[in-house]
Amino acid sequence: MTNAEQTATTFSADAFAPLAQDQDVQSISRPSLSYWQDAWLRLRANRRALISLWLVVGLLLFTFLGPVIWQIDPTIQDVEQISQAPGANRSVTLVAEYEPWQGQGSSRFAFAETPTTQSVRLQWENFNPSYGYRVYRTPYSIGPERAFGLPLAETLDPFFEDRLDLRPMNYYYTVMAIDADGANTNNYHTIEGTVARVITLEDARSRGLVTTQANPPIGTKYEFAWHPLGTDYLGRDMLARLMHGARVSLFIGFFAPFLYVLIGVIYGSTAGFIGGVTDQAMMRFADFVVALPFLLFMILFKVMTNTGPGESGIIPMLFAMVVLLWPATARLVRGQILQIREEGYISAGRLLGAKTNYLVLRHMIPNTMGVILVTVTFAVPSAIFTEAFLSFIGMGVAPPTPSWGSMCNEGIKTMLTHPHELIFPALFISITVLAFNMLGDGLRDALDARMRNRE
Amino acid sequence: MASYALKRLLQGLITVWFIATATFFGMHAVPGDPLTGDKALTEKIRENLEVKYGLNQPVITQYGIFLKNLAKGDLGISFTQENRRVNDIIAEHFPVSATLGVLAIFFAAIGGILWGALTALYRNRLPDTIIMLLVILGISVPSFVVAAVGQLSLVNLNDMAGTSVLPVGGWGTVWHMIVPSLVLGLSTMAYLTRLMRSSMLEIVSSDFVRTAKAKGIPAAQIFTRHQLRNAILPVITVLGPSIAAITTGGFVVEIIFAIPGLGRYFVQAVQQLDYTVIMGTTVFYGAFLVFMVILVDLIYGWIDPRVRLE
Repeated sequence: MTNAEQTATTFSADAFAPLAQDQDVQSISRPSLSYWQDAWLRLRANRRALISLWLVVGLLLFTFLGPVIWQIDPTIQDVEQISQAPGANRSVTLVAEYEPWQGQGSSRFAFAETPTTQSVRLQWENFNPSYGYRVYRTPYSIGPERAFGLPLAETLDPFFEDRLDLRPMNYYYTVMAIDADGANTNNYHTIEGTVARVITLEDARSRGLVTTQANPPIGTKYEFAWHPLGTDYLGRDMLARLMHGARVSLFIGFFAPFLYVLIGVIYGSTAGFIGGVTDQAMMRFADFVVALPFLLFMILFKVMTNTGPGESGIIPMLFAMVVLLWPATARLVRGQILQIREEGYISAGRLLGAKTNYLVLRHMIPNTMGVILVTVTFAVPSAIFTEAFLSFIGMGVAPPTPSWGSMCNEGIKTMLTHPHELIFPALFISITVLAFNMLGDGLRDALDARMRNRE
Repeated sequence: MASYALKRLLQGLITVWFIATATFFGMHAVPGDPLTGDKALTEKIRENLEVKYGLNQPVITQYGIFLKNLAKGDLGISFTQENRRVNDIIAEHFPVSATLGVLAIFFAAIGGILWGALTALYRNRLPDTIIMLLVILGISVPSFVVAAVGQLSLVNLNDMAGTSVLPVGGWGTVWHMIVPSLVLGLSTMAYLTRLMRSSMLEIVSSDFVRTAKAKGIPAAQIFTRHQLRNAILPVITVLGPSIAAITTGGFVVEIIFAIPGLGRYFVQAVQQLDYTVIMGTTVFYGAFLVFMVILVDLIYGWIDPRVRLE
C-alpha cells in the first residue's frame, strides 16, 4: 500500500505524454502475396511447368510469327518435288529434248543410258523370243514373295523404255519371260537403278531456273526450291502447311475449351447455387448430353451450317464441341459450388446482407477459379485431339485448309514410302498436347494446395 | 442395393430414350434422306420407295413407329445394304468390336496397375522416371498415330523375320487381335498408370500401412495385401468412362487395321444417311455405354464396402 503511494507520487507530467510510435506492433517479415502471386511463384519453381510454358510460347510464335518469316504459300504445288523428304537432293541436271528410241541390241540386261526422270531405257539379251516379256517396276527390293510391283508393259522386243511418272529415286526393274498363256515363268532378271532428276531447257525456263535469254550447255546443274521439312503428296511445302495448320488446330484448341468451359461454369454454378429439384433436373439433363453420340451430332451441325464438301468445317466442329462437351465442367463447378456454399464466409456474407448475385460473382466464382483454370488447361489438349481425330476420319477440317489432323490423315496414306508426311504433323500435335498436359499439372499443383503432389 | 440398382437401371432407360429421341430428330433435320444417293430416281420410283419405307409420313408418325419397333427390339432394315436387318448387322459386327474393346481394356488395366505399382515402388528412381516418360508419351500421341506406327512396325517386323510373324491387318485368329488391342488400350493404360501411381503413393503414408509395418508384416506382403488392393479402387471407378473412350478410339483402329467391327459401319452409315443403321447403332452404343457405367458403379459398391449406394 505504501509502496503504491510512493510510486504514484514520483510520476511526472511528461510520463503521460503519448509515446512516439517508432516500432511496429506487428511486423510482416515478407511482403504479403495475393493468391495469384503465390501461385505464380509456385509455378515458377516447377521446372516442368516452366518448360511447358516456354513450349507454349514457342508454339504461339511458330503460329503467328512463323508465316511472317517463312513466306511460302501453303497452297502452291512444287510439282517437281512431290513427297520430298527433308534434306533430299534438290539438284537437277539440264538435258536435251526427248527423242524416241528403238533399242540398240545388247548381250546382257542393262540400262542403255543413265536412267533419268525423262526416260529409263532397258535392253537385254533376247532369251525368250517366242512368247516375249513382261516388264515390272517397283521401288522396293524383291523379296521371297516375288512382289515385282507395277506391270509396265508386255513386249516381244528385247528392249523397253519407261517414261511413266518417274521420280528421282531407286527403282527395281524386272524382265519376266512369259509363256504361251501370258503367265509368269521362273525365268526373270531384276536390275536396280537410281533415277537422276533432269529437266529440259524449256521446262527450266518456265520454272524460272534459267532466264529466257540464257542458253546454258547440257549438263548444267541447278537446284530446286528449298523445303526445310520437305513437301507433301501434292508438292506443297510442309513447313508452311504446318504453320497455317497450327492456326486451325490452336484456334479450335483454345477457343472451343474457352467457350464450353464458360457455359459449363454458368450452368454448373446456377445448378449448384439453386440446389434442390432444379439442381437434380439440370444435372440429369447434363447426363443425357454426355451420352449423345459425338460423331453423329458433329456431322449434323456440319450439315445444319450448310458446310458442303470442300469447305472448311471449323465452325461446325467448334459448335459441336461446345454443345456436347460442356457437361464435364458443369459437373465439376457444381461440386465446387456445393462445397463452398456451406463455408462460413458465405453465411457471414449473407448475414451482412449480400445479394445472391454478389455472393456468386464475388466469392464463389473467384474461389473456383483455380479449378476452372486447370480444367481449361487440360481441355486444350483434348480439344486438339478431337480436332485431329475428326479431321483424321474426314469429318473435321476439309481440304485444302490444312490442319494438323487433316495433314496426318493425308500423311498416313503414304506412311510406308514417305513417313515424314505423317511424322511432322503428328509430332506437332504430340508436342502441343504434351506442353498443355504438363502446364496443367503444374497449374494444378500451384493453384490447388490440396491436389499437390498427387501427380 | 437391389432398389439402388433398379433405380439406376430406370434412369439408364430414360437416358437411352433421350439419346434415341435426340438422334432421331437430329438425323431428320439433316437435309436429304437415304434415297438421295448417287443414282437419280424418277418421281414415281421415289414415291413408291418412300411409301415402302414409310418416309412419306410426317416425322412424328415415323418417330412413333420407330419407338414401337424399338420397344419390340426390332431396329428395322438397312437402306443401303440389301436385305440386311440392323439387328443382324449388330449381331454380326458388334462381337468383333467388343472382343477388341475387352482385350484393350484388359491390357490397359493389367498394364496400368502393374506399371503404376512399379513406379510407386521405385519412386523418383530410374524405373519411375522411364515409365513416367513413356506414360507422358502415351498420353500425348494421338491414337491414329499410335495405330499407324503400330502397323508400320508390324510390317518391318515381318520384313526382318522374312515371314509373316503377325498379320498386318484383318480379323479372324487370336494373332490378328494382339497388336490392334494393344494399340487401342495404350492411352488408357498410360492414364491408368498415372492414376495407380498417385493412388499407391497416397496409401503408402496411410495409417493402416504404418500399423502393418509396426506389426512386423514383411514388406512384400504389405505391398500386395494392403497397398495394391486398396490402390486399385480408384482405377476401377474410371474403367466405366474408359470403356466409352475405347469404343470411340475403336473406330480409328478398326479403320487402320481393316477390322470388320461396328465402328466402321457406324461411320459409313452416318456418311450415307442410312437412317435405320444410324438409329440402331446409336441406340445400341448408347445403351451399352450407359449400362456399362451403371455396372461399374455397382461393382465398385460391391468391392468397396465403405461406398454406400443410395
